Amino acid sequence: MQRRQFVQTLGAGSAVAGLGLLGGCAAGGASGAKVIVVGGGYGGATAAKYVRLFSDYGINVTLIEPNPAFVSCPISNLVIQGSKTIADITTPYDNLEKRHGVKVVRDMVASIDAEKRMVKLAGGGELPYDRLILSPGIDFMWDTLPGMAKPGAQDKVLHAWKAGAQTVALRKQLEAMPDGGVYALSIPLAPYRCPPGPYERACMVANYFKKAKPKSKVVIFDANDDIQSKKGLFMKAWKDHYDGMIEYRPKHKVVDVDAATNTLKFEFNDDFKAGVANVVPSMRAGAIAVTAGLATANNRWCEVDFLTFESKARKNIHVLGDSIQIAPGMPKSGHMANQHGKTCAAAVVALLEGKEPLSLPIYANTCYSFVTDEDVVHVASVHRYDAEKKTMLTVPGSGGVSVAASELEGRYAHAWARNIWADTLA
Amino acid sequence: MIKTMKWLAVGALSAAAFGAQAEVNQVRVWAAACANCHGTMGKAETGNESLAGKDKDELIQKMMDFKTGRKPATIMHQLTKGYSDEQLQQLAAYFASLKK
Repeated sequence: MQRRQFVQTLGAGSAVAGLGLLGGCAAGGASGAKVIVVGGGYGGATAAKYVRLFSDYGINVTLIEPNPAFVSCPISNLVIQGSKTIADITTPYDNLEKRHGVKVVRDMVASIDAEKRMVKLAGGGELPYDRLILSPGIDFMWDTLPGMAKPGAQDKVLHAWKAGAQTVALRKQLEAMPDGGVYALSIPLAPYRCPPGPYERACMVANYFKKAKPKSKVVIFDANDDIQSKKGLFMKAWKDHYDGMIEYRPKHKVVDVDAATNTLKFEFNDDFKAGVANVVPSMRAGAIAVTAGLATANNRWCEVDFLTFESKARKNIHVLGDSIQIAPGMPKSGHMANQHGKTCAAAVVALLEGKEPLSLPIYANTCYSFVTDEDVVHVASVHRYDAEKKTMLTVPGSGGVSVAASELEGRYAHAWARNIWADTLA
Repeated sequence: MIKTMKWLAVGALSAAAFGAQAEVNQVRVWAAACANCHGTMGKAETGNESLAGKDKDELIQKMMDFKTGRKPATIMHQLTKGYSDEQLQQLAAYFASLKK
């Protein structure tokens, strides 16, 4: 029996593993096994690095990602505000390769053969895996906004909800808008990526207007009944710093957009024409997870086992980050995706070594929001596995929000970014 | 099968020879959850505190002071309340055991 065959048998959870021959093999037990990670965001890049760390660099990891570098959504509202550049929030994948031996393939996955355990690349070729980790983030449900299918519409009315080219383009639209203009931001029904993100963005656009275009206004159209995160803190910031500049309209669900005239159309309210229209559409799991049949919750989100992040629909495929059907009180955030990546990585290593996954995941979420270019507020929560309910629940008595916005938390927010970027990518 | 056994033995030997990292147990994965802010393996980037190689008793005291509210904090008093005293002690022992 050759080593390669042995490894394949091992990955399949063979009789060899069942006989307990691996017991004395410690960390070397899964050496040579193949893990493919799809998506190099907070979830996928962390999972790739930590499968290498937790396997003592024994398991082969390939990360498939179409973008040449990681661009962070957290802090991207400061690029829109103007105090940071896109380069400040961009990190290359080099260190995952150089320091951790992750093979980074710049491509997209076209399809998955769950039976043969192969992924087909959009650029051609197939790659085999013992376990597959999907972290494809979110995609937008454009079919809910028919006007956005018109040619050029998506280049004119931006979402800027995936950091990168759209972040820079939105900043340019704001710079080009005459003073006295109106910036309109629409928020989809929850769940969506980054619950406090839209309210932070309203602050950051108003912060820019206050300095550069003081007669301009921000109008927030929220499909939800109320502010989704840090409500009291955002309302106080709007009053303290941007009084009369930010208007919040709840229960305004955008059902169509006329991009040519920057006009938002609502389910029940009058049309609204903006100087700059920033429409954040409804979201679902990243396309590859949906086409692979993993989005079992309303055909939008992927249900997983929270001990392993293995899909409830397919064996040997794990899904994490914004694509999953979240547990109660769990936000769709970069911090949370990074945490998913570690729990998933530990489980994947254990399973490939023929061991039981760990039984008590505990991890936290920390989310900072800028209300001015210096003052910051946070929300934090701790999530623990509940064996009876088989899900993650927030630990009673833990977590909370800032007492008030502060410059101290502003410094911590930047330190958080430096640290999580390094933990994910360096 | 004989060859497989030989390979397994070699695998076990080399893992020992190269000084395999700590076992991937529950405490190590709990500690990894702290790395978002305090750095991979407890080595932080500028602006946050490194935890690797710190004195165990000092770490326990600090986390317990956050938990009870004795030590003022912006966020650590909220996070420490998510862990039992025993879990905080295990985390402190783990970080203390890491190389600075």
